[in-house]
Amino acid sequence: MSELLEIEGLDVEFPTRRGVVKAARGVSLNVKRGEVLGLVGESGAGKSTIGNAIIDLLEPPGRVAAGEIRFQGESLRGRSEDEMRRIRGDRIGMIFQDPQTSLNPLLTVGEQLVETIRKCLGFSEEAAQTRARELLEQVGITEPEARLRAYPHQFSGGMRQRVVIALALAGEPDLLLADEPTTALDVSIQAQILELIRRLCKDRDLGVIIVTHDIGVIAEIADRVCVMYRGEVVETGEVSQVLGAPRHEYTRSLIAAVPRPDRRLERFASVDYIEGGVKPFKRIDVRTHWLGAAVRQAAATGPAVTVEGMDLSFTLRRAILPRNRKYLKAVDDVSFEIREGESFGLVGESGSGKSTVARIIAGLYRPDAGVVRLMGRDVSTTPREPEAKAARRALQMIFQDPYSSLNARMKVLEIVAEPIRFFRLAEGEADVRRIVGDLLDHVGLGAEAALRYPHEFSGGQRQRISIARALASRPRILICDEPTSALDVSVQATILNLLRDLQDELGLTMLFISHDLPVIRQMCDRVAVMRHGRICEIAPTERLFEAPEHDYTKHLLKLMPRMDLLGAA
Amino acid sequence: MTDAAHDRRDDGSEHPIRPDEDLRPRADDVGQPPPPGFWRRAADSDVFYSFVRSPTAMVAAAVTILSMLACFAAPLIAPFDPFDPAQISLWDGKLPPAWAEGGRAEYLLGTDNQGRDMLSTILYGGRLSIIVGLAAVFLGMALGVMLGVISGYLGGAVDALIMRVADVQLTIPGLLLAILINGIARTMLPPESRDELAIYVVIVAIGLTDWPQFARVVRGATLVESQKEYVLAARVIGLPSWLIMLRHVLPNVLRPVLVLATIGLALAIIAEATLSFLGQGIPPTTPSLGTLIRVGNEYLFSGLWWITFFPAIALVVLVFAVNLLGDWMRDALNPKLR
Repeated sequence: MSELLEIEGLDVEFPTRRGVVKAARGVSLNVKRGEVLGLVGESGAGKSTIGNAIIDLLEPPGRVAAGEIRFQGESLRGRSEDEMRRIRGDRIGMIFQDPQTSLNPLLTVGEQLVETIRKCLGFSEEAAQTRARELLEQVGITEPEARLRAYPHQFSGGMRQRVVIALALAGEPDLLLADEPTTALDVSIQAQILELIRRLCKDRDLGVIIVTHDIGVIAEIADRVCVMYRGEVVETGEVSQVLGAPRHEYTRSLIAAVPRPDRRLERFASVDYIEGGVKPFKRIDVRTHWLGAAVRQAAATGPAVTVEGMDLSFTLRRAILPRNRKYLKAVDDVSFEIREGESFGLVGESGSGKSTVARIIAGLYRPDAGVVRLMGRDVSTTPREPEAKAARRALQMIFQDPYSSLNARMKVLEIVAEPIRFFRLAEGEADVRRIVGDLLDHVGLGAEAALRYPHEFSGGQRQRISIARALASRPRILICDEPTSALDVSVQATILNLLRDLQDELGLTMLFISHDLPVIRQMCDRVAVMRHGRICEIAPTERLFEAPEHDYTKHLLKLMPRMDLLGAA
Repeated sequence: MTDAAHDRRDDGSEHPIRPDEDLRPRADDVGQPPPPGFWRRAADSDVFYSFVRSPTAMVAAAVTILSMLACFAAPLIAPFDPFDPAQISLWDGKLPPAWAEGGRAEYLLGTDNQGRDMLSTILYGGRLSIIVGLAAVFLGMALGVMLGVISGYLGGAVDALIMRVADVQLTIPGLLLAILINGIARTMLPPESRDELAIYVVIVAIGLTDWPQFARVVRGATLVESQKEYVLAARVIGLPSWLIMLRHVLPNVLRPVLVLATIGLALAIIAEATLSFLGQGIPPTTPSLGTLIRVGNEYLFSGLWWITFFPAIALVVLVFAVNLLGDWMRDALNPKLR
């Protein structure tokens, strides 16, 4: 059987004022009918660029500089915008990451489908209607007749992505191009969507290219995989071979960095290839250093964090009459305890209230009811008391988004030194600077970082700055709210290693929040599973993974991407 | 299908590549050069890049800076001192510009009814207009930014109070309000110091009409910023609200203020000219551009066009240049339009 799509020696360039950036260099790949090709790589690897180059939707000023793209034997290069538009609709279907913005909010789903079908296939209005109904049925939407008249906002995220897929199939394409189709979705929906794409691929004999950063998605769906690194394809092959016995050094370190869902490792393998050569930084000895002072004073006093009967509702609609008001119960009667020095995980899908719980504990929201105790002291009923404030100082938080969690107008020195200066934790400016330098060394950034601004650092480095800032208050309790979900998998591994080291050295109590079960398994001693603002199950990590009791936990565990393909790295 | 997909690309929210950020080698452990100084960073910035590639912005900036320099250097470069009675002679009054019939070479743009050299008077008057404009904008900006940050950060009753006051004030036309404030202030001042204090009264009158614009913009920006994680982090550290507002929120909401202040400067200069033209502003003894236009206007129908024409041209050029600069700045500082 001949190839559906062939790319040979593709170069893509982005001319910028600082010189030409080569986003893809000599990329060659091919897709057959009835095959799912995974294009995997970390941010900046050029994987989306390849997808966009195929359909001639490169963001200006990007351009294809060299190479050949052949689709069903014909070249796609040098086509006019008109021809390309026809090809994009009729012969290549596209699915993008965010179903929210891929649909026109002002038209019903039916109108959008019918319009596309008529334009691409030249059907009559009635035939197109029937066709649209069939399509919705095929992508697993029940009651298609009624749903055709609905607007996109009336669909949930997963349903909307199904509509996008139906829309991509409307022109009966031969090739489906999916750019991170499940990244914006929860795991349970991700599994359904991937299964749908796989089924359509086989049933309709389509070629599918899936662009993703997620090895789990690749393991789940792809037949073959291309691994990209800084604009080049470093390895191509059958999924079982690439994931199970990777040949290229980059693939090997990438796969070693993926958190294992099936067992707990002591540390993540060193990923020096990705970070460009690890230079060991001087680490301080916390037994004698300023940073360890709080550890030395600490006396064991029962649980570090206690939450009892916590409730919080958000107002959805205000009204003068109470019966017209609408509330969303974000946290519903949540109680748990975190022991001193323990690492406690909070896991759940988006909207389960896990971040809200963390923010209540950190004092960012006030609960409607319930008590939060830090080191045995009540901090929630009278948050403005000096004693409550002092108790809170033992708690620090690391946030999800490394790009917005640092003040862009302040130098790293000012950011990290702020708590030390404000609470006079050190004597004199010289001491403050020395401590900040030590902290930056300790988190693996190097003391020179102090004189720079946050925008000069990559996401992983910024997360290290956030950690240094949190350490500057000498906390006993650290809340990590999805600390690595915005990072590449290789960077995630180094950050998780760092957090573990810090916890060991300083005896920190950790509340670790994540939607990612494999990460939770690597990081936590005990885990609470949350859903709709309630806690379903609290159990020691290994027991939860091996013998879950609650149905929802079982459901979540079943949906974890199977990584059996990964070799015993 | 293509339409929906196309829209997705056009809104610019999907970046397959961000040359400055993502492709840069992860410099975690690579040896880095020392951080560049302020001027190096400024010369390397995107705003500067956009500036040197926009002829409009360069010309506007040049005109603005030149006219400001000329006005502020008036005592040094003006041929005459229009406030020195020894240099003024009524015999030289109402002379046309130098190139017109009856004009004299020493009075390039002619003289006014009192025999003052028009060029010198315009330079001195422009200086006064610019000073009043700058001071008024500064006053309105300081007030508006402060109230906007407080309103946006604290929210609740404080927010409601401040923003309702702003809303009420915005229902009254700005100029009417300035005249009102001006009038009240004047009646309260002792008659003998009215002329002396007129300039301060005008500054306060214009500044007080200006602040709601700033407050609204800053409040909006503050609402966005205070949900960002760096502000949450500062709250978790336990910093007091005033310090978070001052050190974290304020520096991050100033970008739109810069644009607003530039456009506000043009508006304030016009407001001052209008007040003076209506006889509510700067007295004719120390005329601003607006006062000059008013005085000249009385002679327009007797054919003495230059007394009102040249000050008006100066005003238009100044305001136009400042406005262009403000427009460019709005585009250059708006990441969505870049």
